Amino acid sequence: MLQTFFDLDIMRAALPYLLQGLWTTLLLVALVVPLGLAGGLIVALLSTSRRRSVRWPLVVYVDFFRAFPPLVLLIFIYAGLPFAGLELGAFASVAIGFFLNTSSYYGEILRAGIESVARGQMEAARSTGLTKAQAMAWVVLPQAVRNVLPDLVGNTLEVAKLTSLASVVALPELLFAARSAQSLTFNPSPIVLAALIYFVLLWPFVRLLSRLEHRTLAGR
Amino acid sequence: MAPGARPVLSIRGLRKSFGSVEVLKGIDLDVRARELVFVIGPSGSGKSTLLRCCNRLEEPTDGSILFDGIDVLSPRTDINAVRRRIGMVFQSFNLYPHMTAAGNVMLALRRVLKKGRAEADAIARAALARVGLADKAGSYPGELSGGQQQRVAIARALALEPVAVLFDEPTSALDPELVGSVLQVMRELREAGMTMVVVSHEMGFARAAADRVLFMDQGEIVEEGPPAQIFGAPRHARTRAFIEQIVRH
Repeated sequence: MLQTFFDLDIMRAALPYLLQGLWTTLLLVALVVPLGLAGGLIVALLSTSRRRSVRWPLVVYVDFFRAFPPLVLLIFIYAGLPFAGLELGAFASVAIGFFLNTSSYYGEILRAGIESVARGQMEAARSTGLTKAQAMAWVVLPQAVRNVLPDLVGNTLEVAKLTSLASVVALPELLFAARSAQSLTFNPSPIVLAALIYFVLLWPFVRLLSRLEHRTLAGR
Repeated sequence: MAPGARPVLSIRGLRKSFGSVEVLKGIDLDVRARELVFVIGPSGSGKSTLLRCCNRLEEPTDGSILFDGIDVLSPRTDINAVRRRIGMVFQSFNLYPHMTAAGNVMLALRRVLKKGRAEADAIARAALARVGLADKAGSYPGELSGGQQQRVAIARALALEPVAVLFDEPTSALDPELVGSVLQVMRELREAGMTMVVVSHEMGFARAAADRVLFMDQGEIVEEGPPAQIFGAPRHARTRAFIEQIVRH
């Protein structure tokens, strides 16, 4: 049994291939997280608008993509849209699908963060002559981010795990590489190895999250 | 010290409604340079809203406000330029908790007046010294007492060298033993000739320092006059009832 799941020879042989997959995974994370954060920030800032005509579409956007299972969204973009003449390819499909998903999650978290900052903060800043944008950047956002830091880290962790979905559209990231190696060797060891790599990669962030959550609770 | 004749703040027919509730029902008020105008009245009488309309933290429904010759309510007026010349001190201090006392004072100096770090730092330290907190420049608001926090907030307003300062119940959130330090700073400010509009219940301070006391009720100025008259011999029944209530407590 142990021999089947932890076949060291197969693992050694698959490792370079898996590391290549890991590289693609890291690239995806490095692309999706900043884009999602930027999109989320725009969503959150516009959500604080006084105009209903601005807020409304954002509520629909956020709700829609939070309710849309990301795997379904990804397959729809990759395999569905070509029927409408829009062929995006694996990487673009993944990038767009994950952007829509993560920007709505980050947006909702940042919006909650902004709303958690007392209104008097914005008023005090505006009363000294700061523009709304300056007050947001220097006074409100730093406090907002600090207030929701555990949620931001938690969501980033989810995004990193989410990238494994890209394997279903044949994007050669870590899970896809492991699946290929598994089917070539008729042995599950590459999957186990991929799981180990995910764990080593993400565990520090899980620890960080625990500490942040603990600190937040203690600070209350 | 006789207040100058020039009105710094000139309010005419000011109205403000929140939904269907009218909280200001046509306020006329002139505040002259170096004058300290004290505003009293029951909660919900509109006194805070009156202050907050002066720098457009609330958008008035109707009327006109002239500040230092500038039409505050005109859409062509750069409201940020007006605001940096009207200081405001809030009941709940509203210090930025993620910045030190000096950082709080420096923010507008750096971002609004575009001063360099060294110059802003020097101005901030001088402003903090003026409110007796030279040694607290590096402290965060959470490490300061309520009275110290409010004095930092006053320093934050003063650092911009405002033409007038609005105080919105500056001592209402303070423990009684901390009120004195804030009033002391306000008294010094008054002696230095600062134009001030103060919404507060500190009658002793009003008697000692105010040039004029306004009594507001239900969105109107019911009565105004020197402190001795308003507190000693109010003409209106509503004023008398309010003063009696406050004195009793």
